[in-house]
Amino acid sequence: MTELAQHLINGLSLGSVYALIALGYTLVYGVLQLINFAHAEVFMLGSFAGFYSARWLPMFREEPRFLAILGVAMAACAVVGLAIERVAYRPLRGKPRLNALITAIGVSMLIQGIGQLPFFMGPSPQFFPSLLADGQLLDLGGVSLRKLQAVTFVSAVVLMVGLHRLIFHTRLGTAMRAVSFDARTAALMGIHPDRVIAFTFVLGSVLAAAAGILVGMSYPRIEPTMGVMLGLKAFVAAVLGGIGNVKGAMAGGILIGLVEALVVGYGTSSYRDAVAFGILILVLVIKPSGLFGRAVTEKV
Amino acid sequence: MSEPILHADHVSIRFGGLQALTDFDLRVAPGELVGLIGPNGAGKTTAFNVLTGVYRPTSGEVRIAGEQVSGMRPNEIAARGLARTFQNIRLFKELSVLDNVRIACHHRAKVSWLGSVLGGPAAFREETAIRERSMELLETLGLADRRDELAKNLPYGEQRRLEIARALATGPRCLLLDEPAAGMNPQEKLELMKLIRWIRDRHELAILVIEHDMKLVMGVCERLCVLDHGVRIAEGAPDEVRRNPKVIEAYLGTSGSESGSGGESGSGGAAGAGGAAGGSGEAGEKPDDVREASR
Amino acid sequence: MSPTPGQVWSRSLSPVFGGFAVVALLGWIVPASRDSYVAYVAGLAGINVVLAVSLNLINGVTGQFSLGHAGFMAVGGYVAAGITTAIGGEYQLSFLPTGASDALLFFAGTLAGGAAAGLAGLLVGLPSLRLRGDYLAIVTLGFSEIIRVVIENLSITGGATGLIGIPPSTTLSWIFLWVFVVVIGSKRLVASTHGRALLAVREDEVAAEAMGVNTTRYKVKAFVVSSFFAGVAGALLGHYLQILSPKDFTFVKSIEVVAMVVLGGLGSISGAVMAAVVLTILPEALRPLQDYTGVDLRMVIYASLLVVLMLVRPRGILGSRELWDLWPVRKARATEPAP
Repeated sequence: MTELAQHLINGLSLGSVYALIALGYTLVYGVLQLINFAHAEVFMLGSFAGFYSARWLPMFREEPRFLAILGVAMAACAVVGLAIERVAYRPLRGKPRLNALITAIGVSMLIQGIGQLPFFMGPSPQFFPSLLADGQLLDLGGVSLRKLQAVTFVSAVVLMVGLHRLIFHTRLGTAMRAVSFDARTAALMGIHPDRVIAFTFVLGSVLAAAAGILVGMSYPRIEPTMGVMLGLKAFVAAVLGGIGNVKGAMAGGILIGLVEALVVGYGTSSYRDAVAFGILILVLVIKPSGLFGRAVTEKV
Repeated sequence: MSEPILHADHVSIRFGGLQALTDFDLRVAPGELVGLIGPNGAGKTTAFNVLTGVYRPTSGEVRIAGEQVSGMRPNEIAARGLARTFQNIRLFKELSVLDNVRIACHHRAKVSWLGSVLGGPAAFREETAIRERSMELLETLGLADRRDELAKNLPYGEQRRLEIARALATGPRCLLLDEPAAGMNPQEKLELMKLIRWIRDRHELAILVIEHDMKLVMGVCERLCVLDHGVRIAEGAPDEVRRNPKVIEAYLGTSGSESGSGGESGSGGAAGAGGAAGGSGEAGEKPDDVREASR
Repeated sequence: MSPTPGQVWSRSLSPVFGGFAVVALLGWIVPASRDSYVAYVAGLAGINVVLAVSLNLINGVTGQFSLGHAGFMAVGGYVAAGITTAIGGEYQLSFLPTGASDALLFFAGTLAGGAAAGLAGLLVGLPSLRLRGDYLAIVTLGFSEIIRVVIENLSITGGATGLIGIPPSTTLSWIFLWVFVVVIGSKRLVASTHGRALLAVREDEVAAEAMGVNTTRYKVKAFVVSSFFAGVAGALLGHYLQILSPKDFTFVKSIEVVAMVVLGGLGSISGAVMAAVVLTILPEALRPLQDYTGVDLRMVIYASLLVVLMLVRPRGILGSRELWDLWPVRKARATEPAP
């Protein structure tokens, strides 16, 4: 029983990271019907932004420093996300979707490849500095909750709540949802699709940056290719929840995290990566629209 | 009527909260020319889609020459003799005119993949037969000299004719034409009317036509069936139907001021714009609002 | 109208016999692979051609975007290597000279690898091919990764370190032979009624169905054929490098092949051939630069190529046209210019 609880706690912590990244995928897919493969690299760059800014920022009080670094990473990733949208995706709007998909894959690999060049981050892993001292927060009869796990989970929840408010209770959020339903009509209503789309990328990138920092703190070994697996799994989470659906991405992320923690805990860790893919295949074969998505029929 | 070539037997279909067809019943006799008319959104194209297997009816059956086909895939229904054209032209744009027609001959080809690759006498015979048949059809529809042209480069009227040629190439017993005159000028429409009659006579086909152009409908069809909001409100000879008060009301509205949309304009273009890009839609949306999945 | 024996000979059979003769001759003239760097690269290029042309069948001709080619390569490679390493040392066909017996075994192994890959393609394709473009891409990617993870964890495949000691059975003759088979096979398939059906599926699935084409059946068949040749390529590669490692069959490998097909032009067989050759030579030509920076530049090359292509010339080199269509051999000139 305690074992189960432990796995669940681990799963929640892992899942909240997946959820943060999944939200970026789902938001962009909602407005552009594009799988933003490069999103995983934005996440990775968030980690590295934290890494480099921690080197520059002198040590003062832990918590504000953490927040400052988080802010820097978010700003950096917002810029990267905007740049990617502007340079790689915007020129392809209106062209066949396949082209944008290929471009997305290309950008993703390009960032990874450039990152591995010795001039930039280099291929070897770096060690993410400790921003917050870790430690045991709680110990309930053998079930331990570590401080970093709690920070991860709470940060993710705070961000997700904020996002939810933004999307469902502000005009900007309504504009985003309008564009995701029908971009042309939204434009006719006076909404600037370009601005909304740009903002969507910013949102997603900010969340990815946060995920990058949180992951860096908990799994300090970072490298330019760290985004690949995490990104794919987060994407699976978005699909599981129903791609394009915000609540779905959050739920999907948590679910994938839980399942993975259980599989690793009770089964074998060598197949942990296959778990997400297995879930993906199940979802796409059984209910492609995901948990919260709605089946879309093609008009003939 | 003796065994109808096409029978929609009390077909109903619903999409989420929308009942698109209710108890739709229509019999088409072999060789008959029937018109399916009604205001925009009445469910005519949906009826076509159900008949051709694109949608599965929620209740009721579709029969082709007595054989129950509801639930079969569209390609199986096509193989059983039901061919169609589309409201928004769906040609194979990047392929040549000839290829568009040849593809429709494919389902009757008996050669295997391996046979085609090895290229023996059987494959050669098959290819020649397909080519001859396709060229013949192109000639009867006046498209023979365009055979190597890419379908997307054809002028609109010729594209519509190509769609008809392609449908004929499947070797149907019953042909469904979805707004074949949309976007045509009066001269083209006259020629189309002649063409439809000619096709029916020459190929001994039954033809079911959806059209908004009343002149064409009255001039070509032997019988009319009127749909409104998914329900059949009238059926019979054209003259009777046009005088039917329910029909008039459906097209013109009760007060006569707000129009249901009868008349000359084809709804092809506008309907095309309705399938705009968007995220996951809400349940209960009309099919018109639903996003068209793109490749 | 039945073809005369003369026509059958000139259209179908003579190219086949002629091709075999050319292949055998080429393989004999060009020096054995391990002796010459140029020959070595030529062999790699040939294997990449098989990969690109086979992927072109599903991605280009049928319009289904698969990102899982590497997985099928792996299946084919490991199955073939398993057969040759397990049987090869121990048993020989006594009535044949050793060389011929080994070659026959290798051929059987290659076929078995292809068949296994084709079967995998069937298993992957059946549930996946009714999914739309981007979903299909992700699912095929997922399956490919699952295959890789499984291979990494099985001891029979050598696990993460890979399979070593594979006999060097792949000669240039074999490679050219398979190149010939896949190119001619593709060309003829696409020109046939089945090929047109595949193109129809690419152009408009709904219309294709309405015209009698069983789109799912055709997509799956194309997928299986494509996977078969991917498996063959994997078998060839394994017996060329004498080693197979799961790290060689990741998503990156699939993208490399996608890059070749896209560069050549989605749907163009000759384009895929040219692009495969170019993209084999390019990293080799840039090897000095790579040695200088000490980094594997292939990822950057392929990635920037894809991005630039999509932004500047998404149709690739040839678009969907073929090199051989540009040759108006004994054809009357068109009297009207195309609009």
